[in-house]
Amino acid sequence: MKRPSGDTALAKIIVVTSGKGGVGKTTSSAAIGTGIALKGFKTVIIDFDVGLRNLDLIMGCERRVVYDFVNVINKEATLTQALIKDKRTKDLFILPASQTRDKDALTQEGVQGVLEELAKDFDYIICDSPAGIEKGAQMALYFADAAIVVTNPEVSSVRDSDRILGILQSKSRRAEEGKEPIEEHLLLTRYHPERVALGEMLSVSDVEDILAIPLLGVIPESEAVLKASNQGTPVILDTESAAGLAYMDAVDRLMGEERPLRFLDVQKKGFFKRLLGG
Amino acid sequence: MGIFDYFKSKSEPSSASVAKDRLQIIVAHERSKRKQPDYLPQMQQEIIDVIRKYVKVGSEDVQIQLENIEDCSILEVNVTLPDN
Repeated sequence: MKRPSGDTALAKIIVVTSGKGGVGKTTSSAAIGTGIALKGFKTVIIDFDVGLRNLDLIMGCERRVVYDFVNVINKEATLTQALIKDKRTKDLFILPASQTRDKDALTQEGVQGVLEELAKDFDYIICDSPAGIEKGAQMALYFADAAIVVTNPEVSSVRDSDRILGILQSKSRRAEEGKEPIEEHLLLTRYHPERVALGEMLSVSDVEDILAIPLLGVIPESEAVLKASNQGTPVILDTESAAGLAYMDAVDRLMGEERPLRFLDVQKKGFFKRLLGG
Repeated sequence: MGIFDYFKSKSEPSSASVAKDRLQIIVAHERSKRKQPDYLPQMQQEIIDVIRKYVKVGSEDVQIQLENIEDCSILEVNVTLPDN
């Protein structure tokens, strides 16, 4: 399979970020990383949330964590020892965060060293950012080539996403070195088409108007997301669910394919469904 | 929905459109601040100090704004002098 950058030694680094917590960064990192690997690209997802690791739980590999990202930075373990190979998806690996250290354990040189080593071997590196705009979040985005800004259709999330866009444009390596800016992608999650229709929730086009960055996808609010995290399976593998299919569409668009938006229309309830309270 | 609710909903904008309006204002404001150079707040303070050496003005009487129009930056200093 051809490497995404067209270069033999460069992996594409994608940060999944949001500013605000609880909007679905880890769910999205797990789903998108899995989706890219399903396309045959060798992919690693790195948990940058030092002290509060959760990617391992969402990916269902929490009992296989021996060494972590900080161990590798401190040279207490090799990358090969710390990387966890996903059991379901070929070509997919997870690098867990440390649970015991604080965010200062991540140094710019240390992160750069690990990313450079991974880039020799992987096509895609997905950086799952912690919430906030502090050091951990800045480390996660610093080396990125592309950013997926996860946003809920809600005022505080949209505002925080705009703050993160400002940081991507000024405090990333690409910005500091005057290179081509980080590619920005909007991923709208926890979307309720019914509430949008009632005028109770910002619509896709409202959020697009405010943030003015290209839309990668819209993930509808879905019971499948909680069910998937309960089971430690990325939701993209649930091909029966709207959320899983919407993530797959987003991955296709990330790869440059055209996919129409779906799951945005209000589902009309049939007579019996209404009668039975479905 | 009763008939009165129908009339009410006509006159009141939806909460989503209120949210959009508020966000557009705050995001535009925060973006314009982001584009300011780092030295602006200090320069602003020093300009106020110089004016105060000669005229008694409050800090709210001096408005300093930097505007960027294409490749031209305009520094606008607006001083409201006291009456006497």
